Amino acid sequence: MKAVMTVTAPDRVGIIAGVCSLLAEMDVNILDLSQTVMQGIFTMTLLVDTSTSSHTFDEIRSALIGRGEAEKLDIHIQRADIFEAMHRV
Amino acid sequence: MLNISDIMQTVNMIDHQHLDIRTITLGISLNDCAHPDIKTCSRKIYDKICRKATGLVATGEQIEREYGIPIVNKRISVTPIAQVAASCESDDYSVIGRALDNAAKNCGVNFIGGYSALVHKGFTEADRKLIASIPKTLAETSLVCSSVNVATTKAGINMDAVALMGRVIKETASLTAAQDGLGCAKLVVFANAVEDNPFMAGAFHGAGEPECVINVGVSGPGVVWRALKDVKGKSFDVVAETVKRTAFRITRMGQVVAAAASERLGVPFGIVDLSLAPTPAKGDSVARILEAMGLETCGTHGTTAALALLNDAVKKGGVMASGHVGGLSGAFIPVSEDEGMIEAVKSGVLNIEKLEAMTCVCSVGLDMIAVPGDTTAETISAIIADEAAIGVINNKTTAVRIIPAPNKNVGDSVEFGGLLGSATVMRVNSAVSGEFIARGGRIPAPIHSLRN
Repeated sequence: MKAVMTVTAPDRVGIIAGVCSLLAEMDVNILDLSQTVMQGIFTMTLLVDTSTSSHTFDEIRSALIGRGEAEKLDIHIQRADIFEAMHRV
Repeated sequence: MLNISDIMQTVNMIDHQHLDIRTITLGISLNDCAHPDIKTCSRKIYDKICRKATGLVATGEQIEREYGIPIVNKRISVTPIAQVAASCESDDYSVIGRALDNAAKNCGVNFIGGYSALVHKGFTEADRKLIASIPKTLAETSLVCSSVNVATTKAGINMDAVALMGRVIKETASLTAAQDGLGCAKLVVFANAVEDNPFMAGAFHGAGEPECVINVGVSGPGVVWRALKDVKGKSFDVVAETVKRTAFRITRMGQVVAAAASERLGVPFGIVDLSLAPTPAKGDSVARILEAMGLETCGTHGTTAALALLNDAVKKGGVMASGHVGGLSGAFIPVSEDEGMIEAVKSGVLNIEKLEAMTCVCSVGLDMIAVPGDTTAETISAIIADEAAIGVINNKTTAVRIIPAPNKNVGDSVEFGGLLGSATVMRVNSAVSGEFIARGGRIPAPIHSLRN
């Protein structure tokens, strides 16, 4: 399944490294990634493929949200088709 | 890759602007549950609902997690019970109401609609028995919703039914007096009721519907309000375009969820209902959208025009986003369920006469309005007649969901709780309409009903 992840938090060292290493641990493949810092807020969006992972979507989601809470990152993961439907005619 | 600002816009809509799917409603035909013995009929109804809706809530919750979109309600609508119960050799249909309630509780849904009768042209014996049992059923059950269609553009207005429903509403309020007349919040009187409405309290599974069907109601007043904040002072051309674009996005989300639910449940997709449905939460109000167009308070002069623009732009934006649009589709104005409407009534700016005017251009009618407990049945019937006339003449759905709150007077507050919200008791006209209602008979269908 292709999913869109968003990560937002006050900017600091190691946000990308932390999130990406968790994805690697769960064998989730990153297809695309972009990030920016707006007014001190770090914002990253990732397109990921969960089909490479042996974990279910719910497990991946729980792990990401858990890590987000532990490290004070606001993390969302949602199926990619919702974004395509809403923003492309 | 998708644009980062588009992605963040969607995330913000869900996180901060209350964007959600208001309801996934599973319509179930109960025609094959008819049986002369009412207990057997009730058992067949209970069994069929439990069988068909068993995965509804779990599937809805799984879709919520995967798509990251809250699905606030999972609901069931069924064939109007007056049609199913017509086969029963019994005078008291409330036993079926209890079966519906138990089935809804067993499936984990939060409402079941269809304790209904369609009497726009006249009553069957079963219709009369069902309507007579509505007050008792709504008092004895917690999840059952009831509706009665008293008029259509094709048939005119059944004024005997209008008169009867005034008395039924009063009796329902009386039997649920301990909860401020809560039973009336689950009872809708319709003109031009639609067969595929996913919203409560008026949902039922119409005669032309398939065995089972998934209908989805979207929401999102907060998203439209936010978008309008960004175009402050711009012309109405810009306002209309902004609402259309926003409605398109909201509806696309509804379409994706409807398709997913339909596929996973193995049930055909019916329609997406493009309604802006408010909640009592701050930032989720239709009244605040109207105010964002430049009105100090909802209900002042200009409100009807603002609502007309909103209702039309929502449809225009939404219609291209979904394969099948249906239900009520437009903007809802349920007073007790809308934070801005509640405030507008409290401030005295919004009154029942202005609400009636607003129902000419919105998607439904006088919805969730609390009136004094001593309002007569005839006055309630006359309010229903006015709304039905608006619906019949304008070829649209109108409805009345009115609560004559027992022992409450103008200005008192009534608490229904949850999505049903709270209402300030509104003044009604004190001049008597009794002789008008006592006439009975039918108001004929308008000339434009003859379209063949």
